[in-house]
Amino acid sequence: MNKIIKNRYLILRRITQFAILFLYFGANYYGWKILVGNLSFSKLFNTIPLTDPYAFLQMLFAGAVISSNLIIGVIIITLFYAIIGGRAYCSWVCPVNLITDLAGWIRRKTHHEKDNLISAIKIKKFRYAFMIILLIFSTIIGAAAFEFISPIGIFTRGVAFSLGFGWIWLLVIFIFDAFVLKNGWCGHICPVGAMYSLIGTKNFIRVYHTKENCTNCGNCLEICPENQVLAPVINKKSDFINGIECTECGRCIEVCEDNALKFSLRNFIKGEKNEKNTTN
Amino acid sequence: MDRRNFLTSLLQLSAAATAAGAIVGGFAEENKDKPLALRPPGALPEKDFIKTCIRCGLCVDACKNRENKMIVNGIEIDTLKLASPGDNVPIGTPYFNARTGPCFMCDDIPCMYACPTGALTPKECQNDKGKVAIDYAKMGVAVIDPSSCIAFWGLQCTACYRACPEMDKAITIEWKQNKRTGKHAYRIPVVHENYCTGCGMCEMACVTEKAAIKIFPRDVFLGKVSNRYVKGWSKKDQERVKNASTKTTTKTPWSKENPLQNLNQGVNWNE
Repeated sequence: MNKIIKNRYLILRRITQFAILFLYFGANYYGWKILVGNLSFSKLFNTIPLTDPYAFLQMLFAGAVISSNLIIGVIIITLFYAIIGGRAYCSWVCPVNLITDLAGWIRRKTHHEKDNLISAIKIKKFRYAFMIILLIFSTIIGAAAFEFISPIGIFTRGVAFSLGFGWIWLLVIFIFDAFVLKNGWCGHICPVGAMYSLIGTKNFIRVYHTKENCTNCGNCLEICPENQVLAPVINKKSDFINGIECTECGRCIEVCEDNALKFSLRNFIKGEKNEKNTTN
Repeated sequence: MDRRNFLTSLLQLSAAATAAGAIVGGFAEENKDKPLALRPPGALPEKDFIKTCIRCGLCVDACKNRENKMIVNGIEIDTLKLASPGDNVPIGTPYFNARTGPCFMCDDIPCMYACPTGALTPKECQNDKGKVAIDYAKMGVAVIDPSSCIAFWGLQCTACYRACPEMDKAITIEWKQNKRTGKHAYRIPVVHENYCTGCGMCEMACVTEKAAIKIFPRDVFLGKVSNRYVKGWSKKDQERVKNASTKTTTKTPWSKENPLQNLNQGVNWNE
């Protein structure tokens, strides 16, 4: 029981990730109308359209005629993540997170956290450049370029429709993350994550750090998949984790033994810290 | 970080991103044109279809859960599939394989109306008068290989003719004298592209080991006559060339030289 409370966000995240996949699967095999489609576009309750903003942008750049359904869908998703979710898509929705978390777990278990073939510092901002370049290539080839290799699409379509040889690509990402670069795909390459980082720059729910409680044990920095967002705050000041790349996964809160981290609401109006607790 | 370092890292970053982007872009370009993919009814022309399809699979869901399900030997026949890597169709786009899972031409066209992006649109599934019906779908066109079609051997078959949902319109049977025996008839299937929807029922029904009648995308198989040629006996065909200029020219590889030169090429008149 204690263990469940300890890993509450992890369990909740796995539940949402698997529930979404299960609903997609059921939509195809049993004809459920709760959530139909996949992560590039879905319909909620057969009426509300939801569009992946990056797929939308790629289509726009490719020169497609955009339908009203897509526009409504992209507005809903953008507003949701801009106001509430931040980059929560990456850790609460995206199924590739299951693979990369597994790779990260193997790194921790085998104590190979720092063994990287590629310098993580050098390609710090790579994903943003990659995101823009792929948009340009979408224009050049006249098709959404990233959709041809997107492991998110391959994974969700693999569950709901058919996987084909897509497992090879998913295996490549696992190997890349486990042995080549820590948190390589999600933290350095994936342009969808970059897109959601930019969308969720000013969202309300963020992790809040209380410096007085912090003992500087480093547990949070060790487990965080994007620890550059924690580094400027932990044991330095009482503040929100404001880095745009925070995926709101809540792992830091779970591993913190000193109650120094919690989810809280950002208050932009006065600039003073709003310490109202939202989730526990 | 000083400016020099900053510029260097910026340059390195954009070089890496461009290289990676080029790999992905090249891969996408290589995989985007698969001209033999058969698309659901109402699909835009392939180039626009690839642009507009968001690969969500709503059409496949709609097809899978349609009303007129076909069950053969206890196995339900699925029509639309979402291409996965290895299917030789652009990843994530809907297609069907006519031999194993043809389109059953539902009257309500659930796949087409499920499409949120307009990649499948009623505009591509209507007749000249603007009436939308599955019979006006243009998924492909049936093509017969006379060398393996047993009707061309003089055997009685008509399997495709009887399987065709547009019976007696899209495929008709033509009677011809069999000169080999002198007393029998060939009953030869003939496809009429203006009625053929490309559903693929004929390809599934074909009795030969590898189908002798196959569905090809229309722009792959069908030719196009220029305004120079017209069926003088057909009022409708004359409509087609009504606005044609008399100065139309047909460009072929032989057009560079005048006809006389082409005809007499290689002939030395002095000999």
